[in-house]
Amino acid sequence: MASDEVKVIGAWASPFVMRPRIALNLKSVPYEFLQESFGAKSELLLKSNPVHKKIPVLIHADKPVCESNIIVEYVDETWSASGPSMLPSTPYDRAIARFWAAYIDEKWFPSLKSILKAEGEEEKKAVLAQVEEGNALLEKAFNDCSKGKPFFNGDHIGYLDIAFGCFLAWLRVTELAGGHKLIDEVKTPSLSKWAERFCNDPAVKPVMPETATLAEFAKKIFAKPPA
Amino acid sequence: VATMANEVILLDFWPSMFGMRTRIALREKGIEFEYRDEDLWNKSPLLLETNPVHKKIPVLIHNGKPVCESTIQVQYIDEVWSDKNRILPSDPYQRAQARFWVDFIDKKMYDAQRKVWGTKGEEQETGKKEFIELLKTLESELGENTYFGGDDFGYVDIGLIGFYSWFHAYEKYGNLNIESECPKLIAWAKTCMQRESVAKSLPDSEKVIEFVTEIRKKFMLE
Repeated sequence: MASDEVKVIGAWASPFVMRPRIALNLKSVPYEFLQESFGAKSELLLKSNPVHKKIPVLIHADKPVCESNIIVEYVDETWSASGPSMLPSTPYDRAIARFWAAYIDEKWFPSLKSILKAEGEEEKKAVLAQVEEGNALLEKAFNDCSKGKPFFNGDHIGYLDIAFGCFLAWLRVTELAGGHKLIDEVKTPSLSKWAERFCNDPAVKPVMPETATLAEFAKKIFAKPPA
Repeated sequence: VATMANEVILLDFWPSMFGMRTRIALREKGIEFEYRDEDLWNKSPLLLETNPVHKKIPVLIHNGKPVCESTIQVQYIDEVWSDKNRILPSDPYQRAQARFWVDFIDKKMYDAQRKVWGTKGEEQETGKKEFIELLKTLESELGENTYFGGDDFGYVDIGLIGFYSWFHAYEKYGNLNIESECPKLIAWAKTCMQRESVAKSLPDSEKVIEFVTEIRKKFMLE
């Protein structure tokens, strides 16, 4: 029955890899998870994503789909009958969801990463301020998009919830390392509640790493001397 | 209930290959729109108000509601005016492929082409190599097809064609001969230029060269 088999090439610590896994879980689609070893790329990965050579890659009936947000839309469209839509129903609301997902990848996540890499108090302060500014924007975006419902996508987890929520474990690791809360009940009350709902969802829990495990892993990879 | 007239405004900047995407999409669908050229060194209050996060063009304002990011605008236009000239394929796998290639263009093209006309010496040489390699990757993806979408003009064609209006500028300042490196890609571009939506949306190559010359002066490359 290889004809409609689904595989995901990825790694447990990657937030981008979490995205297609959550999407597949939401649609109850079984898949084989092919774990890449850290520091060495498999033949299958290089063959399936020759352009970027990056994870995640979804392979459906031997055909590869690359780029995590693109994979999520593909899963939503292909298994549309198997679960609620991951994107809002109106073109305008879809455009808003896609806008914030792009913002998160282009601006928000790079600034989060730079907190862990920041050297010295000055630099740390500056990048922290950037992330907090971003969080304030996303808090407002959540209130606008959710319209009083539990998720960015309304009643159910969707594209934007996944695009942002996948970073929550890394966010917690960053908070621990810096001794500074980024998403909490005071600064971002709506996001704080949403984060808990998201992480506890049965489609998310199995693929979201434990903060402690991820913190250990982060120590290892950031301990490597610069190339 | 009276049908609300579609009011479409595009805040744009004439040499922007990103703005060109949205112009083409609107014209493919036959949508009447008001084009407003922005002075990027003196951005209008409307631009700052409608795109407060990035403060960038293009911004599409449809019945007062702004949509930002060119690729998002093109998808929005395709979904709202879905009755004619579909831009994205209907098959989910083909759609994923189309999105992948436009994402590739977005991630790689802008920075590479910038180095070709906007830098000197080693940085420029590296940029030129990267740029030609990117074009060759795209050319190989095109294969023997008329368009990236196959027989029909679509999302990837729209995503890439705007850069063609800058090719003469790249050739002049990068000392390149793009046609000799990527003849099939040039043939594809010329086919696209025969479409009214494209011909009307791309600026004259000479004007782009003039613009790039001015920018290079500003960056003291002249």
